[in-house]
This record gives sequence, C-alpha cells and structure tokens, in this order.
Amino acid sequence: MNRFAVPMAVFAALVVVLALGIRHSPQKGIILSPLIGKPAPLFSLPSLNDPAHAVVSGDLKGRWYLLNVWGTWCVECRAEHQMLLEARDAHALPLIGLDWKDDDARARQWLTQFGNPYEAIALDHSGRTAVDFGVYGAPETFLINAQGIVVYKYVGPLTRDVWTQEILPRLPGHAGGSS
Amino acid sequence: MRSRGTVLRAVVVATTITITLLTVRAWAVDPTELPDPRLQARYLALTHELRCMQCQNESLADSPVDLAADLRREVRDLLLQGKSDEQVRAWMVARYGDFILFRPRFSPRTAWLWLAPGVALLLGAAVCWRIVRGRSALVDADSEPVDG
Repeated sequence: MNRFAVPMAVFAALVVVLALGIRHSPQKGIILSPLIGKPAPLFSLPSLNDPAHAVVSGDLKGRWYLLNVWGTWCVECRAEHQMLLEARDAHALPLIGLDWKDDDARARQWLTQFGNPYEAIALDHSGRTAVDFGVYGAPETFLINAQGIVVYKYVGPLTRDVWTQEILPRLPGHAGGSS
Repeated sequence: MRSRGTVLRAVVVATTITITLLTVRAWAVDPTELPDPRLQARYLALTHELRCMQCQNESLADSPVDLAADLRREVRDLLLQGKSDEQVRAWMVARYGDFILFRPRFSPRTAWLWLAPGVALLLGAAVCWRIVRGRSALVDADSEPVDG
C-alpha cells in the first residue's frame, strides 16, 4: 500500500543508521580517553619499594612504558596479573604500577605472593593522580611513549590479545626492541 | 468505611517515611558544606550535572562510591580556588571526556544529539499538518464522513 511506503522507508533508514552506529562504535561500552595523543599527566609519588626515591613521571621520559593502574582491592587486577608477569618477561618495555588508593602492607604482600611485574610502583593514596589520568575503574593500562605522550589506553584486565595486537605493534621497532 | 480511611492514612504515612528516608540518604552521600552559600549552590549544581564514571547513571552528588567522593572533592577545591563553573567542567572533560557531562556541550560531534529532537518535532508537525489539511479538505468537499 502506498500510504505505508513513506513510514516504512523512514523506519528502514532509521534501522540502517542505528545499525551502522552500533557496528562502528569504536569500543563498545568503553569510554574513549581524552588523554590519547596528549602528554601524560605529571606525577611525583612515593615508591612502594624504595622509600628514599619518589616515582617521578619526568624521570620516565626518553623511553616507552606501560602505566598499569591497580589495587589489591580490585578483583579484576588479580585476573590480569599473570599477563603482567608475561609482559615483564617479554622485556619489551618497563611496567610502572600505579597503586590506586591501596594499603601499602597489603600491596607488598600481594606482590610477594603473586610476583612483582613492575619496575617501580607509585603509591597514589589520595587517588589524585588516578583522577588526572581519567581512571574510573581499575585495572586500566596506559601506553606512554618516549616523549611522554599517551598513545593507547586499555580499560579492564590486560589480555594476551590486547598485548599482542594493541600494545606490541605500537612500539618502535615492533617485536621486542629493548631500550 | 472506617477501615478504608485507616488504610489510606497508613499509605500516606508510609509514603512520607519513605520519602524522608530517601532524602536523608541523599544527604548522607555528600555532607560537604562550602563556607559561602553561593559557592554551595554552585557546588550542588555542578555535582548534579557531572556523571559518576563508575556507576554511570548517577551524578557525582548521588553516588556513594569512592571515585565520586574524590571528584566531588576536586569540584570543591576548584570552586574554593575561585574557578568558574565552565572551568570546572573543562577540568573534568580534560580528564574524563565529554561523557562526564550529563548535558553534553554543543560540538560538531554532538550536533545531531541536540538537533535531532527538534528535527523530529518539525517532521512530526509537518506530517500532522498534512493529515489534518487532507481531512479538512475532505470535510469541505462534503464527501463521505471521515471515520474517527
């Protein structure tokens, strides 16, 4: 019937537009970080293992690193821990831990028990640095380049797929160039 | 009929208690008070229009989670530093993106979001107008009555 032609066409167009929108949404359910392509926030925080020295973002310039936001209260962080250890053993780039609103003693115990994948661990007791990084749920992982620019961010437990498909290919001289 | 009155009163009392408890809960989430009542009003307005990123359908003001408390603290500190509402919003957007604003800003990316309801309304009005005109033309022509 002719009188249904226009509404049906409009409906079909709407379906197509919405389907394309869903199909092409970059990462479903993940909020894109406005930090990507911008300098990583500066921080200077106490170190978990070395009370004499602070972990300072400026000191990390000149090489690529992964900033991994975690906490012993975070269940998902336990899920990604094995992957973090594998990443450490790949010697592709250093992992810096940002221990988010955590208890120092518990953090030490966690690392003794499960292994320490981090080169250094910055203690963010107040949560202020995590806010600067736009963290909204641990674990979150930021890939930061030698110029201190945030190149990539992953929300959720790091998986082997993310490591091999998103992180390694972005590194200079791809496939395991060390510093 | 007396029992019906009693039931009604019980319902009214229960409703009142529920509303009171809900209000108390809202206060319990955020006990922050700023020294200046005008600052306090701006603080309340801002925390109600910023999203809690962890429980995404709640505002900072309503959310009991830790992160919301951290972000409320930032709002309070920024206001005490004399920052404008727009500067506070920009501070939040720089870290969490447009998503943190319950009322997204007008930009090329959000243009459709803002314009679509107006466009839909205009389209609907045009369709209505055409139908009504078509029917009144039928009535004017005094042809067979239109079924309602």
